[in-house]
Amino acid sequence: MIPILEVAGLKVSIRTDAGPARILDDVGLTLRKGRVLGVVGESGCGKSTLIRAILGILPRGGAVDAGTIQFEGENLLVFTEAEMVERIRGRRIGFIPQDPLLSLNPVFKVGTQMLEVMRRHAEGTRRDHVARLVSLLKRLRVPSPEAALERYPHQFSGGQRQRLLIAAALACQPGLVIADEPTTALDVTTQHEILLLLRELVDEFDLSLLFVTHDLGVVAELCDDITVIYAGQTVEAGPVAPVLRTPGHPYTRALIGCHPERATSFVGIPGSVPPATRMPPGCRFAPRCAEAETICGANLPAQAPGQDGVLVRCIHAP
Amino acid sequence: MTRFLLLRVGTAIPSLIGLLVLTFLLIHAVPSDPAVSLAGDAATPAQIAAIRHQYGFDLPLWRQFLAYAWKALHFDFGESAFSHRAVSLDIAQRLPATLELVIASLVLSVGIGIPLGVFSALRHNQWPDFLLRIVSVAGVAVAAFWVAIMLQLYFSMRLGWFPLRGELSPDMAPPLRITGSVILDSLLTGRFDAFGNALSHLVLPAVTLSLGGMSGIVRFTRAGMLETLQQDFVAYERAMGYPSGRLIWRYVLRNSVTATVTQIGLLFGGLIAGGVVVESIYDWPGVGNYTVQAILTGDRQVMLAVTLMIGVIYTIVNILTDLVQGLIDPRLLRRA
Amino acid sequence: MNPVLRKLARDVPAMIGLAIVLVVVLIAILGPWLAPYPGDATASHLLRRLKPPTMAFPFGTDNLGRDIYSRVILGARGALQVAMAVVGLAMAIGIPLGLLAGYRNGFFSELIMRVCDVVLAIPQLILALALAQMMGPSLQSAMLALSLTYWPFFTRIVYADARRLRESLFVDALHGIGAGTGRIVFLHILPNAISPIIVRATIGLGFTILTAAVLGFLGMGATPPAPDWGLTIAQSRLYLPDAWWYALYPGLAILLTVMGFNLLGDGLRDLVDPRLRRSR
Repeated sequence: MIPILEVAGLKVSIRTDAGPARILDDVGLTLRKGRVLGVVGESGCGKSTLIRAILGILPRGGAVDAGTIQFEGENLLVFTEAEMVERIRGRRIGFIPQDPLLSLNPVFKVGTQMLEVMRRHAEGTRRDHVARLVSLLKRLRVPSPEAALERYPHQFSGGQRQRLLIAAALACQPGLVIADEPTTALDVTTQHEILLLLRELVDEFDLSLLFVTHDLGVVAELCDDITVIYAGQTVEAGPVAPVLRTPGHPYTRALIGCHPERATSFVGIPGSVPPATRMPPGCRFAPRCAEAETICGANLPAQAPGQDGVLVRCIHAP
Repeated sequence: MTRFLLLRVGTAIPSLIGLLVLTFLLIHAVPSDPAVSLAGDAATPAQIAAIRHQYGFDLPLWRQFLAYAWKALHFDFGESAFSHRAVSLDIAQRLPATLELVIASLVLSVGIGIPLGVFSALRHNQWPDFLLRIVSVAGVAVAAFWVAIMLQLYFSMRLGWFPLRGELSPDMAPPLRITGSVILDSLLTGRFDAFGNALSHLVLPAVTLSLGGMSGIVRFTRAGMLETLQQDFVAYERAMGYPSGRLIWRYVLRNSVTATVTQIGLLFGGLIAGGVVVESIYDWPGVGNYTVQAILTGDRQVMLAVTLMIGVIYTIVNILTDLVQGLIDPRLLRRA
Repeated sequence: MNPVLRKLARDVPAMIGLAIVLVVVLIAILGPWLAPYPGDATASHLLRRLKPPTMAFPFGTDNLGRDIYSRVILGARGALQVAMAVVGLAMAIGIPLGLLAGYRNGFFSELIMRVCDVVLAIPQLILALALAQMMGPSLQSAMLALSLTYWPFFTRIVYADARRLRESLFVDALHGIGAGTGRIVFLHILPNAISPIIVRATIGLGFTILTAAVLGFLGMGATPPAPDWGLTIAQSRLYLPDAWWYALYPGLAILLTVMGFNLLGDGLRDLVDPRLRRSR
């Protein structure tokens, strides 16, 4: 089956006061049509930069140095800014942001903001757009949808606002939706509701979903496939079930150990992600890895295919 | 909304009373006898006493204040020693010209200041931004009376592009007085010759008066834009494919101008004050020019009336400013 | 070097401002030695009236044949003296009132702050003009009028800090060890408000030079033959458009001096106010 989104060998650097910093250094992922791919990693490992690179909205001073981003058969990296605005963002790729409280413009009515996206990217008249929004909000169980469009963001709760943002992401019927930790800012109950909703929507609207998170529990609940990122590199990728059952990379194992429901102790992973300007020469996880040997500090292993279609970047991988 | 407005007007009442007290004290804190100056140098003690009694200067202070407040509420500020007409009549006659000038300056300040501020923020820490920062400081630091003279020197006397002074050429028959603003009246009566003439008279004074305010608006807009551009929702709007022009000029700008609106409110009072000097240099027939004449001739009734008037206008504009802010950012109305 | 000062030193516009201020202060101190014709503060030379700029008279001469370059230099001292006196007096009035209003509750505090509101509700220039007029036009009344209309700015700043600190633990602790109110207010609360005061005073110096120039221009301040910048521009108007230099250079002097104080003040404010620092 052809992938809807395939990122390969992506390298992104951002100019800083201390010279250019390689935030992403050989990241790859494959999202097949109709599937949900979870991208997992600690904060600071480059998840948000990956999303920004895909959408072409890297911050000032950021640049893609190498790699490809194939979306529905086209390389997004050759698109100009105008083409990205015109053809991709909001239209063919919907986006669900991390913080529903801060991501809606506080001084515009919710309806105005959602219609702004559709004005440019959806077929039909304004009346059609309103009708589609109302039916989407109904589907997302937002109470009294017509009135909701006339209200301001501060008049909604966090969970309601996340539903509004999901509706906005789906408004132009995109093939791909990218969600950036969309449930982190919400309480546990709401979080669960939103996850269930997303799963239903994927099947119902024939979507592919790229779901970025630091929470393996969420991945287990929602995703079909998983890609684990550490310090700007893909370290393990494959279907969720085998990866979580028999993780090939020590980092994945450590992450599973950290998850509150599976944790054997309260000890997290010792140390922290190294800053992009001071990367160790060999395996990037080696300084924090319990199983590291001398050779791990010298050579950076390539990704090797393992069992069940799982890719692992570790010399110990079976 | 109505409740907000009532509340805001309610809080303004103590300020207005304070304003009355302050202007009243202004006369009485000064160790000179107003009766003496009113009577003139050649007056006998008996004449002075008569005047003192006539104006009520021999009454207790609080009764004098009540009388003053009562008169002020009825727009009765006595007679100008200079023109020998009622001060309120003089002011009413000159106010339209002043408002015309102030509004033209405001339009210039805002119309040029906001785009420049946005531009400066978009070029943050690049040379256009650096240049605009220096220029906007110069705009507040420059003496308006000097700018007025320099513009007259170059654009009227040397190049002859604009008239030197006044609001209409002496050989141009003024349009029928309807609003009192020559620009409006000439339009209303279809006198396009007078309109063009009045417009060319308005250019230099309006540019002079707008400089300081424009600088403030550039600075506040720039700071507001820089702050807004860092917000999460801007990144979200970019990610969702908002066209960049509409993103900046509609969605980011509206979040950035709340501070600018306060600035515009403050500016209105500042423009009337700055207009005092600018009007006198361009011989503009407004309240400012009248004030300068009052200063030069020591006409206290006029000074007081003008001070009070500007204070009242300031208070009203402040209320309007709050209201406009509430319309821009509905969260503010709820907080109030 | 102190990290705060180092941050200031990296702010190019603020450093330009500091340089201008230092130069103006030097000129004010050394004026009589720097000016080529120090006697031209008062003397007149009717034989060389209204000469355009030349090597001998770089800024030209005025209607009494005086060297405008010398008079612009000599005017710096007066401008700074007026500004410092005005801001100094405004601080002397405003700061104690602000401390009092902020530290104590009750009718008097309320009254002080209401008076501030009312004074600030009228543009300073208008109120100062009215006040100076009532007191009889002279340089002294102009200065007094400017001070009497500027103190509320300091009161507001100090009030806010005194309010905040009054509730703080360390003031409680001082009470606990028996420190008197005056001691707490002046030795412990005032030093905490010192940086916003410095910022406001710096901006106030520039602003006062500008307003004083307007008063001088309107004949409500300095009197002839003082080499006052505002007054000089007013005098020049009779000789325009021919003697353009007569009006040009004093105005430039005002512009540069006020810009210096404003640039420096803005830089200092960025250091003190973290909210604005972020947006710069």
